[in-house]
Amino acid sequence: MNDLLRPDATQQALQQRVPGLTLTIEGDALIIPADRLLEVGRFLKESEPYRLDYLSNLCAVDFVVEGAHLETVYHLYSMEKKHGPVVLKVRVPRDNPHQPSVVSVWRGAEYQEREAYDLYGIIYDGHPDLRRILMWDGFDGHPMRKDYVQEDQDALEERHA
Amino acid sequence: MHSRNVMPEQALETQLLELNIGPQHPSTHGVFRMEVVLDGENVVKLKPVMGYLHRNHEQLAEDMTYIGSMPFTDRLDYFCAMTNNLAYAIAVEKLVGLDVPERAQYIRVIMSELTRLVNHTAVTGFLLNDLGAFFTPTLYAFREREKILDLFEAASGSRMMCNYMRFGGVREDLPDGFLEGACEVVDYYPKFLDEFEKLLTENEILRARTQRVGILPKELAVSASVTGPMLRASGVNYDIRKVDRYSIYDRFDFKIPLGSIGDVYDRYYVRILEMRESVKILDKVLRDIPSGEYLSPRGKAISKAPRTFKPPKGEAYGRIESPKGELGFYLVSDGSVNPYRYHVRPPSFINLTILEDMCLGHKVADAVIILGSVDIVMGEVDR
Repeated sequence: MNDLLRPDATQQALQQRVPGLTLTIEGDALIIPADRLLEVGRFLKESEPYRLDYLSNLCAVDFVVEGAHLETVYHLYSMEKKHGPVVLKVRVPRDNPHQPSVVSVWRGAEYQEREAYDLYGIIYDGHPDLRRILMWDGFDGHPMRKDYVQEDQDALEERHA
Repeated sequence: MHSRNVMPEQALETQLLELNIGPQHPSTHGVFRMEVVLDGENVVKLKPVMGYLHRNHEQLAEDMTYIGSMPFTDRLDYFCAMTNNLAYAIAVEKLVGLDVPERAQYIRVIMSELTRLVNHTAVTGFLLNDLGAFFTPTLYAFREREKILDLFEAASGSRMMCNYMRFGGVREDLPDGFLEGACEVVDYYPKFLDEFEKLLTENEILRARTQRVGILPKELAVSASVTGPMLRASGVNYDIRKVDRYSIYDRFDFKIPLGSIGDVYDRYYVRILEMRESVKILDKVLRDIPSGEYLSPRGKAISKAPRTFKPPKGEAYGRIESPKGELGFYLVSDGSVNPYRYHVRPPSFINLTILEDMCLGHKVADAVIILGSVDIVMGEVDR
């Protein structure tokens, strides 16, 4: 990773260039407040010297212990500059998981956000077509959440009891 | 007398036709469905529907030891088991900081490039199937593919479900005679490609059906996270083997073929050229491979006792250039024996994002070959 993309360097640049923004660093990732995500995304995509035009990976993680929350992780690279990654994370509460969609910035988020919605139930506001993608329509619940209970989870055990 | 006037204009009502293509049509590459709206024969709307093969691979892996999900990665893109293994191994090695012995690196590159040959050969055959050249080109392709699968079987015990990579190396050393056999296949490969190209590249029907069909502009390709030969056919020079220089790819001299228009024909031709580059890499790597360990001592210990392997708390994203594009694994460890979060970044799933954009305005028959040129495998799309 080059110096420009180190989390602390990116944090400084972002805080200087995007007014009123405060970020925290955790490991290699920057924690972005949900309501500022689009500004940060556009800045990183469009401004020199970042030009992070390529959203490589978007996925959700469910943390149930230590301040339970759902997290969306973004791995950004640049195809133009051939550098990366910059890792962004957005955290939302598990009972009201609303956050902005980044489809308007990176089109590649379209299916990945649908997947995260389908399996984790995060609602990406502003997504053009937020429907289930892997599970079928009418399926109840979000199966990748850590507290998800399969309806037939005990079926085998009961039968053998 | 009966009037021969045409019908009055208001009687000539036309309407859009909604049609389901799939989920069982042979050209749909597995159980994949497209909801299309047609104006005559032209596509005006297209929504892919997937998930028929969904088995929540990610959740299964979260209930298993790290090494336990290695065989399951074979089943993602079942044409490219070796590269799936490699991507997962690289992600875990990054998470833990494991070294890979020199010989194992060479073996990994041999297997990855052979996999690229297998994949590109097969997909070109299938593309011709979609064009209506039913199974003759595919069988030419499969004849060559089978020779490489024999090599995989010799090394790993299985033609397709190889389960061959381990954290810190590979499971077994190459068997006797493998390198000679591989050299033979690789030496012959350019001849096969010449023959294949003679039949296809200048073929008038192929050109008429594929040129200027399904154009994917450069900017859209980048913004939609399209990767692999699809991206390069649109003229974007981005190959993770060159960008990340993972494994030992920095030691080989190879070019990155680029397309100019980004149509189906470019995608076909970029794949042919990529195979020629893979042959070049293989030529070198098969002759340079050193002797030594195929699995580091730490790797052996992990394979023998998977339940003792507890990566430190943290996360890692490992990615490689699989034959279909960027294959990545995102892992979050909480310090226990199984991953807290295990995510696959599947290239063929994300490459489907722009299927509708490419198909709009084309005929139904073209939509089928555009889908074929994306190169998807449902095991990976649905996971």
